[in-house]
Amino acid sequence: MAAIMAGCRKYFAYPITPQNEIPEYMAAHMPEVGGVFLQAESELAAINMVYGAAAAGERAMTSTSGPGYSLMLEGISGIARAELPVVLVLVMRGGPGIGSLENAQLDYFSATKGGGHGGYRNIVLAASSVQELFDLTQLAFELADYYRVLVMLLVDGILGQIMEPIEIMPFSNGKTRSLPAKTWALTGTGRQRPQNIISTMLMREDETYQWHQRMAVKYQKIQAEEVRYDSYCLEDARIAVVAYGMTSRVAETAIDECREQGLPVGLIRPISLFPFPYQFISQYTHRIEGFLVTEVSMGQMVEDVRLAVNGRSEVSFVGRGGGLLSHQEITRGIRELWLKLATK
Amino acid sequence: MQREVIIAGFGGQGVLLIGQLIAYSGMLEGKAVTWLPSYGPEIRGGTCHVIVIVSDRRIGSPYVTQPAAIIVMNRPSLDKFEDRLNSGGILLINSSLTDRLPERKDIRVIAIPATDLAHKLGNSRVANLVMLGGYLGATEVVGLPTMLQALQEVFPEDKHHLLPLNKKALEVGMSYLTEP
Amino acid sequence: MVEVSNKMTVMPGLRKIYGRPQSLKDVRTHYCPGCGHGIIHRLLCEVIDELDIQGRTIGVSPVGCSVFAFDYINIDFADSLHGRAPAVATGIKRSQPDKIVFTYQGDGDLAAIGLAEIVHAAVRSEKITTIFVNNANYGMTGGQMAPTTLIGQKTTTTPFGRDHRECGYPLRIAELLATVEGVVYLCREAVDTSARVIQAKKSIKTAFERQMAGDGFSLVEILSPCPSGWGMPPIKAREWLRENMMPQYKLGKFKDTREG
Repeated sequence: MAAIMAGCRKYFAYPITPQNEIPEYMAAHMPEVGGVFLQAESELAAINMVYGAAAAGERAMTSTSGPGYSLMLEGISGIARAELPVVLVLVMRGGPGIGSLENAQLDYFSATKGGGHGGYRNIVLAASSVQELFDLTQLAFELADYYRVLVMLLVDGILGQIMEPIEIMPFSNGKTRSLPAKTWALTGTGRQRPQNIISTMLMREDETYQWHQRMAVKYQKIQAEEVRYDSYCLEDARIAVVAYGMTSRVAETAIDECREQGLPVGLIRPISLFPFPYQFISQYTHRIEGFLVTEVSMGQMVEDVRLAVNGRSEVSFVGRGGGLLSHQEITRGIRELWLKLATK
Repeated sequence: MQREVIIAGFGGQGVLLIGQLIAYSGMLEGKAVTWLPSYGPEIRGGTCHVIVIVSDRRIGSPYVTQPAAIIVMNRPSLDKFEDRLNSGGILLINSSLTDRLPERKDIRVIAIPATDLAHKLGNSRVANLVMLGGYLGATEVVGLPTMLQALQEVFPEDKHHLLPLNKKALEVGMSYLTEP
Repeated sequence: MVEVSNKMTVMPGLRKIYGRPQSLKDVRTHYCPGCGHGIIHRLLCEVIDELDIQGRTIGVSPVGCSVFAFDYINIDFADSLHGRAPAVATGIKRSQPDKIVFTYQGDGDLAAIGLAEIVHAAVRSEKITTIFVNNANYGMTGGQMAPTTLIGQKTTTTPFGRDHRECGYPLRIAELLATVEGVVYLCREAVDTSARVIQAKKSIKTAFERQMAGDGFSLVEILSPCPSGWGMPPIKAREWLRENMMPQYKLGKFKDTREG
C-alpha cells in the first residue's frame, strides 16, 4: 500500500512464503491505479522485469524471501551496475537452502555486504514496526530515485506476518529533495535525442576502474547523508543493547525489565544497515562500557558493531539461529555483561 | 497495563479470527495492539496459534513466552501450551474437544463446552466466538459493545448476515461463566 | 548532390537506389567475416526505417556476440543478463506500452540459459518481438556446444562431435514455441542466399507489424552462419548451413494466428 502511495506502478514477483501477502495485495490493488502486477515464472524473471521497468523510467519493485533472493542476486548485481532505481523487499526466513519458514535475521551479511558479484552496495533499511515499514517503503522509492540505487527493505519474518494498527499518511522525512529527471530512461529517442543505453557491462578500456571510482563517491555520499538510527533510554546508559528490526522491540521489553531492577541499560537501533551508523555507536564508547548485540542469527551485525567500537568497550552477543528470541534471553545477556563489567 | 493472550487450535477453528477481533477491539478503544500469528506449513492441519497483546502503552516485544491468558480450542493445543501459562494466569479450554483437564494447580481454569454450545446455536463453527465470549467475561480486556463494533468492521459485507449468530455466540460464552 | 551517408555522395544525374538505413550506424562492426549478424542487423534497421519507428523502438540485447548491438543500431537499448532479455523486454513493454520492443538473442542465450524466460514471454503473449539467431554454437565464448548444436557437430566442448547419449538432441525452438497458444506469429528463416535474406526481412517486418497491431508475441528464428565457430571459410559455412542445419531446422512459417 505504501509502495502504491509512493507512486510505484510496476510490481513483478514470484510467490514465496513468508511474503505472499504483498503480491496478493498488489494483484488486487494495482489495477485500481492503472498499475501493473505481474506474477513472473521465477525470481530470475521477476528481478529482470523490474530491471526492464526501471530502465524504462518507472518506479518498480519486487519482494521475495531467502531462496528467491539468492536467485535474484544476478539481477540485483546487474541493477547495481546499471544504476537503476529499484525497491526490493526481502522478508527473511530460516537457514540456507530451502531452510525453514521460521523468523530469522540471517541475510544481514548478504544484504549489506553485496550478496551478488562485483563489489556493489545497496541501501538497506530495517523497520521495527508495521508503521515504520510503511514509512520506510515510501522513503525507499525516494532514495532509489535520488541516488539511482537499489534500496532494500530487510524485513524479519515476524514483521512480515504481524498485524498492528497504522496511520496511513504520506511519508515526509522533513526534507524535500528535488529528484533528478530520468533523462537516461528508455522511452524511445523520438528522434529528438541521442540513443539512451542501459547496460550492465563494463567492457570498454578502463571502464571498470572508472565505474568503481564513481560508485565510491556515490557510496561515500550515501554514508555521509543517509545514516538512520533510533535509541531508547540511552541518556544515562552504561550498557547499550544494539538490535535492528523486530528484535529491537524484544530488546526494549528486556531493557524495561532491567531498568526496573536498576540496571542502566539503553538501546541503539540501526535503521539503515547500509550505511551503518558506525559513528553514532563509536561516539558512546567513552561512556558505554559494554555493548550487547542481539540478532536472530549466530552473529552478523555484531561484526559491524565491533568495527564501530574498535576495541574501546566490551562487545558481547546474544542470538539464536532462527525462531523467536525472547526478552528473557536478552535480559540474561544484559545481566551477564553487567557482571562481566563489574568484575573487570 | 498490558494483557497478553495466546489462542491455539486446529487450522479452520477460527483461531486467527478471534485474535484479530481482540486486537481490532483494542485498537478501537485507543490501545496499542499486536497480532502475531504462527505461519508457514504449521498452519495447515496441525495446531495454529496467534499471540495478541492489548496495552495502554507502546508494545515492545510482540512475542510472549509466558502470557497471562491462553485459549485452547482442542487437546493438542492444551498439551502444547499448558506449561507456558504464567502462574496465576487464566486457561480457557474448549472442553467439547479436550478429554482432559490441566494438571497445574497454580492457574485458573475455565472449561467451556464451546463446540456443543455452538452446535445448539445451530452452527458449530461459532465455537470460537463462544470461547471469545468466555475470555471477555473473564478478563474484560475490551467491552462487549466495542467487540460488537469490531465484528461489524472485521466481517466483510457478504458475511454480515452471520452477525446476529456471532453476537449470540459471544453472549452464550460470556454468560456461561456465571450460569453454566 | 544527394547525401547517402556521411561519407558518400551521389553524382548529379544519378539516383540513389540503395543505401545505409538511417537507423544503422555508420560504423564498422566487430563481427567476424561471413557472420550473419551484420546482415540481420541491417534487415532489422531497414524494417525499422520502413515502418518509421526509429524514435519509438526499444531494443534488448543478450549476452552473446550481439551484446553490443546498440553500437550499430541507433535506438534506445538495454543489454540484459544472460538469457533474461524476454523478462527485461516484458518490464519495458509493460512500462512503455506504446513503444515497439524487441529482443535480439542467440541460441545459447535463448535456448539454454534463457529457455524459461522466452517460453513464458510467449505464454503471456507479451507484445514484443524476438529475433532469434541460431548458429548452432556459442560464438562469443569461443564455439562451445549449444542446445542447437547438431548431432556429430564438433565444438570446443564436443571435440569428438555431439553424442546424443551424452549431450542429448538438438532443440528445435520454432517447433517448441509453435505449441504455445500465446504466440501469434512464428517462422524460421535463413540468411545464406539473397532470396532467403529478402524473405527473412519480410518475416521480421510482419513480426513487428503484428506487435504494432497489438496481437501478441512474435518470433523470427534465423539460421545464421558462424564461420569462426564452425572453423570454416565464409562460403563453406553457407554450404554447411544448407546441408546440415536446414534438414534439422526446417524453414517456413510455423504459426500465424491471422491465417487461422
